[in-house]
Amino acid sequence: MINKIVNTFDEAVSGIKEGAKLLIASFGGPAECPSYLIAALARTGIKNLTVVSNSGGWGTEFMEAIRTRMSSVLTFPPDFYDLGLLVERGQLTKGILAVPAAIGRIHTPFEKKVMNGEVELELVGQGTIAEGIRAARAGIAAFYTPTGVGTFVAEGKEVREFDGRKYLLEHAIKGDASLIRAHKADRYGNLTYRGSARTFNATMAGASTVTIAEVDEVVELGELDPEQIVTPGIYVQRVVVRPREPRPWDKPM
Amino acid sequence: MAGARLDERSIALCAAREFQDGMLVNLGIGIPTACVTFIPPDKEVLFHSENGLVGFGQIIEDPQLADANLINAGAQPVSPKPGMVIVDHAESFAIVRGGHIDISVLGAFQVSEKGDLANNVMPGKQVGSLGGGQDLAFCAKKLIVTMTHTDKENRPKIVKQCSSRITAPECVDLIVTDIAVVEVTDRGLVLREVAPGWTAEEVQALTEPRLIVSPELKEMGLM
Repeated sequence: MINKIVNTFDEAVSGIKEGAKLLIASFGGPAECPSYLIAALARTGIKNLTVVSNSGGWGTEFMEAIRTRMSSVLTFPPDFYDLGLLVERGQLTKGILAVPAAIGRIHTPFEKKVMNGEVELELVGQGTIAEGIRAARAGIAAFYTPTGVGTFVAEGKEVREFDGRKYLLEHAIKGDASLIRAHKADRYGNLTYRGSARTFNATMAGASTVTIAEVDEVVELGELDPEQIVTPGIYVQRVVVRPREPRPWDKPM
Repeated sequence: MAGARLDERSIALCAAREFQDGMLVNLGIGIPTACVTFIPPDKEVLFHSENGLVGFGQIIEDPQLADANLINAGAQPVSPKPGMVIVDHAESFAIVRGGHIDISVLGAFQVSEKGDLANNVMPGKQVGSLGGGQDLAFCAKKLIVTMTHTDKENRPKIVKQCSSRITAPECVDLIVTDIAVVEVTDRGLVLREVAPGWTAEEVQALTEPRLIVSPELKEMGLM
C-alpha cells in the first residue's frame, strides 16, 4: 500500500543530514511558507546547510516588527516561521537566493551573516533559480538563459550565441530535500495548492531526492479531481498535516 | 524657480499611459505597483506577477478583506479577476524569459545614458537582491523605469555610467521620473516630457548626460 502520510513534523524532516542542500519554498508571504517544516529543522539543530530559496527570511528578530508594519496590508499569523529562523541559529553556511537583502536600510539576519563572513551568498535571479530547479526535476543537466549576460552573474560562466543572441550556461539545481507547502494531499502525495501559494512549492516538488510537503488537509484517495492536481504524488515522498491551532516553533511535534 | 516634484502616484499614472489594450504587463515593487490603479476602463491590460499570477485585479487595501493566498510580487494582497490564471514559479519565468511580457515597469537606483539598469544593490548596502528584475530587464519587450530624478542628496540618477553594479546592460527604453519623461534612443537620451512648471533646462541641470530635447516636448499630463 502506498501511504506517504507521516504523523509528525520531526519525523517528516528525519534523515536530513548535516551539510545537506535543501530547496525551501517560500516567496515572502505567510501562506506559501512551509513554516512547521522549517521549525522542525530548527529543532534538529543540523548545521552546514546550503539552502536554495527566494529570500533569506526575517527570522524571529524582525518578525514582530514585520507583523506590525505589515498589519495594515496582510496578517502574518503567529505560527509563521521563515528561513530566517535557521539563519539566526547558525544552521546555514550558504544561501542560493534571489532576495537576500531587505528593501530599505535594515539588514535581515542573512544579510548580517554575509556581511560578517559567516555565511556565503550566491545571488541568483528568480528565473534562473526556478528554471534550475525545474531542470533538476526534469533530468536536464544545464540550460542556456539570456538573463545575466554581461553582468556580475556571468562571471566564470560559459556564454554562447544562438540566433544572434548571447546566452549563459546555468546548471540544474538539485536538492537533497525539498521542503514545500501545499493545500490538500491524498495518501499518494498528490497535491493541490491555493492561489499564489503555488509559487516555488510546485516548482520544487520532485527536484530533490526527498520532497516533504506540509499541507492543510489530507483527503481520501479519489477525492482530488485529477484535473486539479498540480503536483503528482510520484514527486512527493512525505506528507505531514499542519496543526489547526498555532504551535510554538521550539516544541517537538 | 522650478515647479513641484510629482508624487509617486503621478509617476505611476504617466508610466501607465504607455500600456495598450491587450498587453501583458509586469509591475515591480514600489512606484510601479501603483500603475494598476490607472488603467482606463476602455483598455484591458493583463498584469503578471513573478509569483505566478496572470490577470489579477486591484490591490486590496483592507487587511480584513485580504487573502494571503493571493498576493503580488510585493506581498500585497490583490483581488481575483475573471480570466485570472495561476501558474508555478518556473512557468511564471517561462512567461518572462520567453518574451511574453510586453512591458515591464521597474524601479532603479541609476540608469545610464545607454539604458544600463542598476537596481540590485541599494546605495550604502553591501548585499543586493535580484528578485525577478534581472529576468524582466533582459527579456521584456519594453522596459520602463520609474524613479525619482535625483537621489536623497539631489545627485542625478540618470548618469553617464552607472557607479552601482548593473542588473542588465542597455535594456531601459523609457524613464519616467518625478520631473520628466526621457526616452533612451540610439541617438541618446530624448527629453519627451517635463513636469508642470519645469523647463528643459531645469531638468537638464539635474541630469548627468546631455538630453536631446524633443521638438514635440510637452508637459506630463496628470489627467
